[in-house]
Amino acid sequence: MATPLHLEFERDIVELQKQIDALLRSAEEKGIDVSSEVRVLGAKLEVLKVEIFQNLTPLEQVHVARHPRRPHTLDYVSRLFTDWVELSGDRTFRDDGAVVGGWARLNGDSIMVVGHQKGRDMKANLKRNFGSPHPEGYRKSLRLMYLAEKFRRPVVTFIDTPGAYPGVGAEERGQAEAIARNIREMARLRIPVVSVVIGEGGSGGALAIGVGNRILMLEHAIYSVISPEGCAAILWRTAAEREKAARALKLTSSELFKRGIADEIILEPPGGAHADWDETGQRVKEALMRHLDELKTMEPEALVRDRQAKFEAIGEWAEED
Amino acid sequence: MAWFRKPKQPLRSADKRDLPSEIFKKCNGCGELVYRERLAQNAQVCPECGFHSRIPPEQYLTLLLDAGSFVERETNLHSLDLLEFHDLKPYRERLAAAEQKLGRRDSVVVGDGVVDGIPVCIAVMDFRFLGGSMGSVVGEKVARTIRRALELRRPLIIVSASGGARMQEGIYSLMQLAKTSSALARLHEAGIPFISVITDPTTGGTTASFAMLGDVHLAEPGALIGFAGPRVIEETIKQALPKGFQRSEFLREHGMVDRVVDRRELKQTLVLLLRHMWTGWDEEA
Repeated sequence: MATPLHLEFERDIVELQKQIDALLRSAEEKGIDVSSEVRVLGAKLEVLKVEIFQNLTPLEQVHVARHPRRPHTLDYVSRLFTDWVELSGDRTFRDDGAVVGGWARLNGDSIMVVGHQKGRDMKANLKRNFGSPHPEGYRKSLRLMYLAEKFRRPVVTFIDTPGAYPGVGAEERGQAEAIARNIREMARLRIPVVSVVIGEGGSGGALAIGVGNRILMLEHAIYSVISPEGCAAILWRTAAEREKAARALKLTSSELFKRGIADEIILEPPGGAHADWDETGQRVKEALMRHLDELKTMEPEALVRDRQAKFEAIGEWAEED
Repeated sequence: MAWFRKPKQPLRSADKRDLPSEIFKKCNGCGELVYRERLAQNAQVCPECGFHSRIPPEQYLTLLLDAGSFVERETNLHSLDLLEFHDLKPYRERLAAAEQKLGRRDSVVVGDGVVDGIPVCIAVMDFRFLGGSMGSVVGEKVARTIRRALELRRPLIIVSASGGARMQEGIYSLMQLAKTSSALARLHEAGIPFISVITDPTTGGTTASFAMLGDVHLAEPGALIGFAGPRVIEETIKQALPKGFQRSEFLREHGMVDRVVDRRELKQTLVLLLRHMWTGWDEEA
């Protein structure tokens, strides 16, 4: 395990955890019974976690969504699925490490998994490009989704990206075209598609693998048209106003659920997904199985209609003279 | 000191500067002063250097459609402020100011028209209206135009000019990428042509949805076209960008655009393409 990094507002939780650990250590050394003290402190810790994580500001939610210890796509793959066979490459240019994909088995059923992949240290992030795909990442995703369609297997996508990479090579190879094509083609896949926002849903770079029959969001995941920093820099003319931008953008799971864009919020364990990967994985698995079971009964045409109707209904306007 | 030295004449351009601006306009491309009337005759393309000045939707409709054929649709839609978005100015105020200034309700004009006898559905974006940004209204108007093209079996033309998704509508604006692209999926399957005309500037979510989903992509010379804006890229890679990066010609070289077309030849090109791709339109008419 890497050094347990924590966020500013997690400090009390970390401190209390340290106290408990110290108590247990000294008890072991001196051979005394501290179980009742530990129980009391443990209960206090759970209350604290719930309290802190229920009252996060939008910007704090953004930080939890980007938490360095938060489980990423491959952490879910290893917990939720069996028979994982990772597949690589867009067959045109190269393999993009910011997107992973492959065959997996969920409760016995074959599925295709596609997800953004972030790294946890510098070396991994160089390979993963911090979870920011190039066009070839999107083309690889689409290739794998077509593969799933060919063999009539459902697709599950995991969304966790700061956004599509803004670079020279990405533009040269058609970042916009790759995203646009993915969105259109996902809208016509004749198989069930379920998307789970597990961390950062960064704009077009997220939507490019997010056109699902269902959009599920982890409790502390976010989904936004632009990062709060980017929005603040443009509209407030300084990135320092990211707190205001995060609030204004209404990017939390509860906002997206309230607005009918997220179909379900998957609650995270106390202290957030990073506090308990296994429990988080279990909850995601349960939700995926439930939604895929529902979708499995639908005909290909109905699945396409359902997905298109879902996205074509989004938006609010007034219509009068 | 020379007694008879000729007093230095001010440069000729000094005279030019005094010329009334209602008659002349300085070209942003070559800096020459050009008669406004000549610019107008050339669809606001500089006759000296070919620089394409931005033009509003009405001018594109005149330029591309047969005279008097345009019928505007979906004029009743206007934006709501669902997020009650307030940055340095409230979104409502920004909307009202743009409405007041431009006399339209959002950044796209849609409707039916005829191109050299061929009935089409058309949408033209207005960059002057909040940077041509795409919120719920733009997404819905474009989607309705696509559905209409599908229903009436008419080719679709979209002239893009947009900074991308409209931040003030948050996630709703992002989802307009999916709304428009989903409708285009059906048009694609129905075998109805869609020609995307990309003008200066077209970036962000507009490029990453319908602008890049045409059967054919035409771009005006020198137009900025991209996913990320050049400033964002420079800040990310900490390098200056090469000259011509993200311009139409660059996109054509990199395979993202079929042709770079002078605005004055745009209609002619559309007609040629439509006749190639849309056989049988006359039997059905």
